[in-house]
Amino acid sequence: MKIKGLVKSMRYALIGGVLALLLPFSASHAEYGDVVINNYADAAGMRPVVFPHWYHRIRFRCKVCHADLGFAFKAGGNDITMEKIIDGQFCGACHNGEIAWSIENCGMCHSGIPNTPTQIHGSTVQRLVAPSYKSMNAK
Amino acid sequence: MKKLMLVGVVLLVAALVSTPAVVMAADAEAAVSSANTFNRLLQKPAEKNLPPAEDGIHDAENDNTYVLQPPKIAFDSLVRSDFGNYVDWIKSLREQKISPRTERMGGGEEAMIMDLDIIREVRGSMPNVVFPHKGHTEWLQCSNCHPDIFIPQQGANRMNMAGILLGQKCGVCHGKVSFPIVTTTCRLCHSQAKPEGWAPGKSAASVDNPWQ
Repeated sequence: MKIKGLVKSMRYALIGGVLALLLPFSASHAEYGDVVINNYADAAGMRPVVFPHWYHRIRFRCKVCHADLGFAFKAGGNDITMEKIIDGQFCGACHNGEIAWSIENCGMCHSGIPNTPTQIHGSTVQRLVAPSYKSMNAK
Repeated sequence: MKKLMLVGVVLLVAALVSTPAVVMAADAEAAVSSANTFNRLLQKPAEKNLPPAEDGIHDAENDNTYVLQPPKIAFDSLVRSDFGNYVDWIKSLREQKISPRTERMGGGEEAMIMDLDIIREVRGSMPNVVFPHKGHTEWLQCSNCHPDIFIPQQGANRMNMAGILLGQKCGVCHGKVSFPIVTTTCRLCHSQAKPEGWAPGKSAASVDNPWQ
């Protein structure tokens, strides 16, 4: 039993070590500030949402979304649901077929690789303390 | 043994003398090339601003991924920088390469720009921080930062780099969306030189050091 446990823990240590080695090299090259939002998407069988900050800041100043529309400065911290969006809240304030594409274009936003955790890509927190990033963002 | 070494040294000297310097340098490089393979920069992205399907976050199996605009095309006409999106967003805005709306529907009032620099003295040897309200009010409105993130009162906001790196105070945006916190960006904030004759304060352990 003891030996089994030891072997098991050694195996985990090995996997952990390999992962730690791979981490900096398997990083994706998405745009700085790209936000992955995966509060509910995976569980609902949808790809997680990728929100490109760069695309939006070419067209809008920060204050439009972060003051007027009430988006908090926190990835995954806004509790956005499709119901709120069809009622014109959050993304739905613009993604209504008038200012930007309407919501039947599911895959334009729900375009992330399945199981990608909520994150701000390229953030300092992600680069410095990657393993604890997820728990720091957990609600 | 001594004889052998002598022969070796003689051979080496002969080889050095007979080889042109250029070839020697090339040989030296070839000799260490296999040892010097450690990725000391921890691998910077080989290519900047990759299209969505290749960026490692968008699903390449999703048809709509290919409909999204590749950032490189959008950034072509913008002022470039060496970090973040590799776009200087402040310059791009000021040089009117972009004209982001101040209201959701467009039109509306122009951004209320406040030109007030706040200087924060830094205890350590780093240059003091100059916070420009100007660049910030070009994008944001007062309520974005005041009073939740920064109390609008001199001396009321304590902060340090450890907290900022972990996403507090300036780190709510910087290091996430606005310019990243990397070595090349330190002086964007730490931009005011210390007064002449300034010297860092000595720690008690250094002042009381009996062996000094």
